[in-house]
Amino acid sequence: MRSRDALSLAWNTLAHQGRRTALIALAMAIGVAAVVVLTALGEGARRYVLDQFAGLGSNLVIVLPGRAETTGAAPGVLSGQTTRDLTLDDALAVSRLPGVARVAPLNVGSVQVSAGKLSREVVLLGSSDALLPVRNMRLGQGRFLPAGPLDRADPVCVLGDQLRRELFGNASPLGQWVRIGDRRMRVIGTLAPQGQQMGFNTDETVVVPVATAQQLFNTPSLFRILVEARGRSAVDGVKARIRDLLKARHDGEEDVTVITQDAVLATFDRILTALTLAVAGIAAISLAVAGVLIMNVMLVSVSQRRAEIGLLKALGAAAGHIRILFLTEAALIALLGGLAGLVLGLGASLALGQFYPDLDFTPPLWAVGVSLATALVFGLLFAWLPARRAAAVDPALSLSRR
Amino acid sequence: MAGMILLEDVSRVFQVGETRVRALDRVNLEIGAGEFAAIMGPSGSGKSTLLNILGLLDRPSEGRYLLDGHDVTALDEGETARQRRERIGFVFQFFHLVPRLTAAGNVELPMMLAGLPVARRREQVARLLAEVGLSERADHLPGQLSGGQLQRVAIARAMCMGPGLLLADEPTGNLDRATGREVMALLRKLNDQGTTLVVITHDPEVGAQAPRRIVMEDGHIVSDQGP
Repeated sequence: MRSRDALSLAWNTLAHQGRRTALIALAMAIGVAAVVVLTALGEGARRYVLDQFAGLGSNLVIVLPGRAETTGAAPGVLSGQTTRDLTLDDALAVSRLPGVARVAPLNVGSVQVSAGKLSREVVLLGSSDALLPVRNMRLGQGRFLPAGPLDRADPVCVLGDQLRRELFGNASPLGQWVRIGDRRMRVIGTLAPQGQQMGFNTDETVVVPVATAQQLFNTPSLFRILVEARGRSAVDGVKARIRDLLKARHDGEEDVTVITQDAVLATFDRILTALTLAVAGIAAISLAVAGVLIMNVMLVSVSQRRAEIGLLKALGAAAGHIRILFLTEAALIALLGGLAGLVLGLGASLALGQFYPDLDFTPPLWAVGVSLATALVFGLLFAWLPARRAAAVDPALSLSRR
Repeated sequence: MAGMILLEDVSRVFQVGETRVRALDRVNLEIGAGEFAAIMGPSGSGKSTLLNILGLLDRPSEGRYLLDGHDVTALDEGETARQRRERIGFVFQFFHLVPRLTAAGNVELPMMLAGLPVARRREQVARLLAEVGLSERADHLPGQLSGGQLQRVAIARAMCMGPGLLLADEPTGNLDRATGREVMALLRKLNDQGTTLVVITHDPEVGAQAPRRIVMEDGHIVSDQGP
């Protein structure tokens, strides 16, 4: 029998069992749509997180005080106790290492900022002029922190965009004085609006020289040192040199954690990819359920069509012909359902994109292919038993019944 | 006439619960090419079992079946199907047409299974439907045809692969007398053209048309009157 004829006979059967066909195809469609939507969600989340990290700067090496291994928890402030603080001298020493393009020491804390009668609590970043390029920040008006020795505590500040609007409205803040904590500082610039990055809103911050921040918080230590390597290839070397340098500076004790943005990205990538695969796997279970439905309906169909199967055998169909006919029916249903599911899933992904425009919910191409292939494989797999049963129908017995 | 069908000591035993039922008991039969034989007998005499074995729908439990001189007793499933497809045509009491296919589609079915090219199939369908007088009904579904028309479509289907042997199981059993006569005339015409025709019937009028009448009882041939 030609495959075109098998297709035409199978299609004819399905078309005459319209409602039954539509219901099984719907079950398949829901399964495929679930895979597509859930992978689109997973991929959207993965892309969002990776973009956020990438937005923090490129070729970034981050130095944190404390070691994850010694505390058994996340390093730095999150782990509580550290053996030795990071200092401005550490940052200066790191900046002299080969392969290092820029170093931005970082202090973070919460302060009260007021201008005239207006006042609010904001996050203060203490850093250097290098912070702007290292963190991919953009300047709005004026200038950023002045270049110069890290230990010079100039009374100047740069306001985040929202803070600027709240304190000064439409008036220019440049050259104005604001009170930050117990000090007066001159506004020398503002940041361009940037929104949330990794849950941190740059628009609601104020940036001051690191030495000024240390005086404000009365601490000699740093929260982090952000280091930009001279290129992607230099990142690993810089990471090793920083570790060696700080170990030597800290009396031979390896009490800092040096992470690269690539490593963080790769970890998030792995976690989120695993998450996407897991949800896709869970959704694929619904395809197996649809497969069981195909099996049930086809088993009923085989017993209802015994006379027809017997007739086909009398007309010269071999067992293989009968198997092919039933498997073709199953494949057609699975494909129909699968294609409907793709349309449904892509539509749902588009709709999600309308509700959350920041996230890209385009389902990955592999998910489209895999969900369709899985539908087909499950369809054929679960149709195997009914097809075998149909092929085994005794023609003499089935034709003897009216 | 050369022996188209040769049965040698053929028995068919069915196991019904703990009882063994001999539906056919050491049957010997020879039917020549081009013959028209009617197999008659009461219900349960073994007529249908004999027809199933002749049509390769069932296998003998004992004995040998030679079709056109070839032993077909123990052919594998695929080869048996091929023999049925190419050498044997069936006509049933209840027509057994696929309700979803048109008259033309039903006639085309065996040729589809044989993998014949579409153009040849279409040509053959048109010729056969014309022969049985149903050219106008080619696109009708079985539900839109009368009993006689259904049986004529079934005959056209049985003949589409040009089989040497045509087996008819009560071909007029579900038709009124006049229509039954028309159908028998069609079958006789095919026999006249050289097709070996074996008809199972209860109807003495049908039996009387056959030059050879084989009567069965309790799985045995009790009478074989013929040319």
